Amino acid sequence: MHSRSAYPTDVYFFATCVVDQFFPGAGMDAITLLERQGIRVHFPEEQTCCGQPAYTSGFPDEARKVAALQLTLFPNDWPVVVPSGSCAGMMKHHYPTLFAADPARKAAAEHLSARVYELTQFLVEVLNFKPEDCGGDCTVVLHTSCSARREMGVHITGKKLLGDLAKVTVAQQDHESECCGFGGTFSVKQPEISAAMVEDKVKSLKATGAERVVSADCGCLMNILGHAAWKDQQAGLSKPSLPGEHIATFLLRRTAKESAQ
Amino acid sequence: MNAPQTPHALHFMPSEGFRARAKDVVENPFLRQSFRGAMDFLMSKRAAQFPDPEELESLRRLGERIRQYNLAKLPELLEKLEANLTRNGINVHWAETPEEANAIILGICQKHSAKLMVKGKSMVSEEIELNHAAEAAGIGALESDMGEYIVQLAHEKPSHIIMPAIHKTKEQIAKLFHENVPGVEYTDNVDALIQIGRQVLREKFEIADIGLSGVNFAVAETGTLCLVENEGNGRMCTTAPPVHIAITGIEKIVEKLEHVPPLLSLLTRSATGQNISTYFNMISSPRKPGEKDGPGEVHLVLLDNGRSQAYADEQLRKTLQCIRCGACMNHCPVYTRIGGHAYGTTYPGPIGKIISPHMLGLEATATMATASSLCGACGEVCPVKIPIPELLIRLREESFTAPHANPAMRGQGAGYSARISAVWRAWGAIYGSPALYRAASWLASRFRWLTPRKQAGWTSVRTPLQPAPKRLRDLIKERKP
Repeated sequence: MHSRSAYPTDVYFFATCVVDQFFPGAGMDAITLLERQGIRVHFPEEQTCCGQPAYTSGFPDEARKVAALQLTLFPNDWPVVVPSGSCAGMMKHHYPTLFAADPARKAAAEHLSARVYELTQFLVEVLNFKPEDCGGDCTVVLHTSCSARREMGVHITGKKLLGDLAKVTVAQQDHESECCGFGGTFSVKQPEISAAMVEDKVKSLKATGAERVVSADCGCLMNILGHAAWKDQQAGLSKPSLPGEHIATFLLRRTAKESAQ
Repeated sequence: MNAPQTPHALHFMPSEGFRARAKDVVENPFLRQSFRGAMDFLMSKRAAQFPDPEELESLRRLGERIRQYNLAKLPELLEKLEANLTRNGINVHWAETPEEANAIILGICQKHSAKLMVKGKSMVSEEIELNHAAEAAGIGALESDMGEYIVQLAHEKPSHIIMPAIHKTKEQIAKLFHENVPGVEYTDNVDALIQIGRQVLREKFEIADIGLSGVNFAVAETGTLCLVENEGNGRMCTTAPPVHIAITGIEKIVEKLEHVPPLLSLLTRSATGQNISTYFNMISSPRKPGEKDGPGEVHLVLLDNGRSQAYADEQLRKTLQCIRCGACMNHCPVYTRIGGHAYGTTYPGPIGKIISPHMLGLEATATMATASSLCGACGEVCPVKIPIPELLIRLREESFTAPHANPAMRGQGAGYSARISAVWRAWGAIYGSPALYRAASWLASRFRWLTPRKQAGWTSVRTPLQPAPKRLRDLIKERKP
């Protein structure tokens, strides 16, 4: 088990398939942010996906197959940092159950599970990272994924990081803890309900008047920004009415002066 | 014996219509707004009852332990309950199916040549569609809970297990009363409407032959039936008519009287945000010699209806911990968007999704479990800690994997599709192999311009998804010397 008191020298980075393929910039920024804290970041090249899509869709055999591959990729006793509460939750909380009937893999899953951190959790709880704000005045709104909030219990850490930025105001949206309606395959299996949920979410985010939304989960961002952009298209707007980005990207930009040091 | 004329399942709409019904509500801004407002109100009432998260957590743990303790001893406790109720003079009946339960109840009615049954709120009576069966047998069944009465006047089903008429506005109710209750002028004054309802019902309590009620907790060691309610109609139903018939599911049992107070407190605080309900009835026998009121005859019907299937599986058994508070639906973003009727089952919302498959089979309910983003709000508020998201995942597995021998559930594999399974097998093959994933993700980003602009479900309200021109692994490689 990784000890919280010791400052880590090395970490593994598990990017997630969504970041690898759709939000590579967010992954790069998360890596840079970690490196700036003096940490060597290792990216096992054979990583693919945590297996969650199959798991939550009711195909545990396929999920196990994919998860079994990830189990082999983190041999050293370093923390595994994941820029997504949802994928981190899968690895931390569901891997041990997934391999309950396979003693060897179960042990490996438990060994991994204990070292898995969501990015903002790692920055706050392990690194005690206090971002120094180098940007101008700005208001943002934070969307925390349901897995980060309820499975990982790390909704505090994203908030804390943003709160530490001197010139950033964090706006408060109504129904903050409500799901954005993504839910993986839910968004395509029940498109009408998912659409209603993301519609309400985007409305309440916009109602805050914040200039951008940040989130530590790219799944939610894909959904929220995808809907906001679609709305803009419908309205013939060329400039996004609700831009957004991964919290790693936002933090990196706000602390940009540090890179010159 | 007078069994209902129509097969039971016919009254429940099949799960295939779910999406269309959900769409109807989602596209109705008035209903959307009214459900949102009602659920916000209920959530804030509950939150005010549990200001201390640690106290809440320890109460929920206690609730969970009490329910699990009692479920672990269920067969033994049911026998004990039967023995003690019988000793107290209460007749116990066992029903495996809704048809059997209806036949038992209507048999008792016919023995007494009953013309009218007044009903306290009972979701189990909805589950067996007792009103239909009674009507077919020529017996009037009148709902006496105000919400249930409204729903009955409108020829609808409850849309919420605690607040059956939550989907109705006072104007709609005013119209219903005006059109259905003789001599009533239109008024949308809520107090006046309640008085009208009370007057109608008061007369019926006096002439009813049978009073029917549900049961919140059946206490095995004392042979006591506990009933939680707010309107006093439950007490009227169980004391005024000469015969009282209670009906409940076999899981509603606790061994000891001391198990009741913590569960009762969790129930009322989670359900309506009340410290305690206005009425709490404990029924332990028919009228005794010398007593001035109470029914001469009391019956309890214990219904299985798929519960023993859930009971037989360690994980699925957790479904039976439910105390029917409805907090899961009040906090569910899906229920809030579509309301209760869209589900097409007696029990809507998250609890409905996990319990209905045991009652109706997965053939009729396979798609219900897909109507969740697995956000976890239900599991977070459940007063007895039912892991609802976990159970939804399990039900998806039971529905969509290929049919196999010795399934844990009726209708296992009902949602199986060879094509979808093949898609997931291919997905597993690609994501389970570093080389295949590398190749597939490279192709996807290299040929990103080929990504379809129309993506089923997704692009109806979102811009299309498109892989980035370079993957993270490419960016990392480029960066390194």
